[in-house]
Amino acid sequence: MSGKTIFDKLWDQHVIAGNEGEPQLLYIDLHVIHEVTSPQAFQGLREAGRRVRRKDLTYGTLDHNVPTQDIFNIQDLISKKQIDTFTKNVKEFDVPAETHGGKGQGIVHMVAPESGRTQPGKTIVCGDSHTATNGAFGAIAFGIGTSEVEHVLATQTIWQVKPKRMKIEFQGHPQKGIYSKDFILALIAKYGVDAGVGYAVEYSGDAISDLSMEERMTICNMSIEFGAKIGLMNPDEKTYDYVKGREHAPKNFDEAVSKWEKLVSDSDAQYDKILSLDVSQLKPMVTWGTNPGMGLEFGEKFPEINNDLNYERAYQYMDLKPGQTASAIDLGYIFIGSCTNARLGDLEEAAKIIGDRHIADGLTGIVVPGSRPVKEAAEAQGLDKIFKEAGFEWREPGCSACLGMNPDQIPEYVHCASTSNRNFEGRQGHNARTHLCSPAMAAAAAIAGKFVDVRTLVTD
Amino acid sequence: MEKFTIYKGTSVPVMNDNIDTDQIIPKQFLKAIDKKGFGKNLFYEWRYLKDYDENPDFILNAPKYKKASLLISGDNFGSGSSREHAAWALSDYGFRAIIAGSYSDIFYNNALKNGLLPIKQPREVLNQLTKLSSQEEITIDLPHQLIITSLGDFHFEIDPIWKDKLINGLDDIGITLQYEEAISAYEQKNQ
Repeated sequence: MSGKTIFDKLWDQHVIAGNEGEPQLLYIDLHVIHEVTSPQAFQGLREAGRRVRRKDLTYGTLDHNVPTQDIFNIQDLISKKQIDTFTKNVKEFDVPAETHGGKGQGIVHMVAPESGRTQPGKTIVCGDSHTATNGAFGAIAFGIGTSEVEHVLATQTIWQVKPKRMKIEFQGHPQKGIYSKDFILALIAKYGVDAGVGYAVEYSGDAISDLSMEERMTICNMSIEFGAKIGLMNPDEKTYDYVKGREHAPKNFDEAVSKWEKLVSDSDAQYDKILSLDVSQLKPMVTWGTNPGMGLEFGEKFPEINNDLNYERAYQYMDLKPGQTASAIDLGYIFIGSCTNARLGDLEEAAKIIGDRHIADGLTGIVVPGSRPVKEAAEAQGLDKIFKEAGFEWREPGCSACLGMNPDQIPEYVHCASTSNRNFEGRQGHNARTHLCSPAMAAAAAIAGKFVDVRTLVTD
Repeated sequence: MEKFTIYKGTSVPVMNDNIDTDQIIPKQFLKAIDKKGFGKNLFYEWRYLKDYDENPDFILNAPKYKKASLLISGDNFGSGSSREHAAWALSDYGFRAIIAGSYSDIFYNNALKNGLLPIKQPREVLNQLTKLSSQEEITIDLPHQLIITSLGDFHFEIDPIWKDKLINGLDDIGITLQYEEAISAYEQKNQ
């Protein structure tokens, strides 16, 4: 008999009922909630007279709607109502949650790991498609809809059909100036935005082992942009070190580690599909179009349309032409933030590129730490001063301009170098034009006033 | 959940691939705290020029498609965000089923949970269906898993458990609560 993947081990451990191939009832170890996708779920519970089954396995935060400046003066009354409703709901149902402006507040996929709740071996769900971020710890983590949020609140379980298994091996050692964001953008550009549909993806290979936990989270975060709602990695010493000492880390830590050590894919485990990507010659990635698969290595020419309706529409929206390169994009905005790239390491890399230089004339730049702990840690190092002296705005944490449900939006027709995860039409603002890249590429673009190859600027 | 058995309606093709949930229902409409009223803002960016002035170039605004209740689309429909608001918006607009090449995994479940039937068909069939007259009533027969048209009948796959829930309009939570003993036993053993 062949071995098992980490995904199979975890899935099988959590099945309560049902057979493989049909919907199975899975136990959920951690349910993270936020203000946008939970109000209708709480209302459903209220109407049916149901309670939250496991408050202790539920955890909330506020992130999508929150302003990133003058945070207690919320101008948008509908946003304010959603925030107030969340606050009322978690109080009424007695669910632990961060408060608006509180010390642990931040983007939902950042605060779960930061609080120590995200751990190897857990099943984790949240009403947000970037939940796979938590998979970097060796957890099965995925985004769910609001009906499913209500279901998990009421039962601590969820019905899911087991996806197929895919392994993606990242091989080789990247050059300086190449980051995990480039890995995942390159993968999506190579295989497409729907290549992962129907699969749980396991990322492995030397190039993954070499990454920090923060960098690993960036890759798992964008699993959904590859089409996979689940992306995970085998836990190792770096994983245990990250969790250790955090507020909600297991009390008996050594015992937990001895269990986690068994949670890795066996060497003879079987996969339904295996893909690989060599990152040793990879150049910095930048997207030109309106989905995350429309990306290229810096310097490559934008593709021909060839009667492709999707390309034609993308060029029209982005006001770009086949044959141009990323350096021709007329940038007006730089956004460093989001659950993909607003961790301490991301801000450190961006600050290193900036050094004592100033952002180019005519550009607006904002830096939005993903959580309050990240903001405090960055300020303790003086990173805020580097950004501010360079001409960036240094903001309070939140989802910010990644999706613009709050006051932070990219102006109409403006091109934005963005460290976020989606370049869809209208995502960052009405008619806004998003170009996805790493924090270092965004910082380099801010200084140069256009996209440049960040490898030429990286020092040790 | 509204039951879904046999449904007749006319269709409209919106044939882009990778139609994402930001297109289906943009973020500014996610601030509501109930499930109603999203239909007005379905495909907002494509459907309106400004202040709800209809964009005459968008197919849903063509008079002959105004009553369509079956949406035909390309691959990877509903990609992106997990927002169930996308399924609510499609249902509230009046769609009862979608016929597309494929769906994002999260959207697929969200549609099922709202009695919005997500049907998968190969590209050849989709291309044929787009040729149907805007007046033709297509029959979606869920019990027999058939799309019945003047061009022929097309079989579709659906998991038998989801099918049963749709036909009977069952409340998922109510069903799961019957597993209370098994859930408690799991908790006893694992925590």
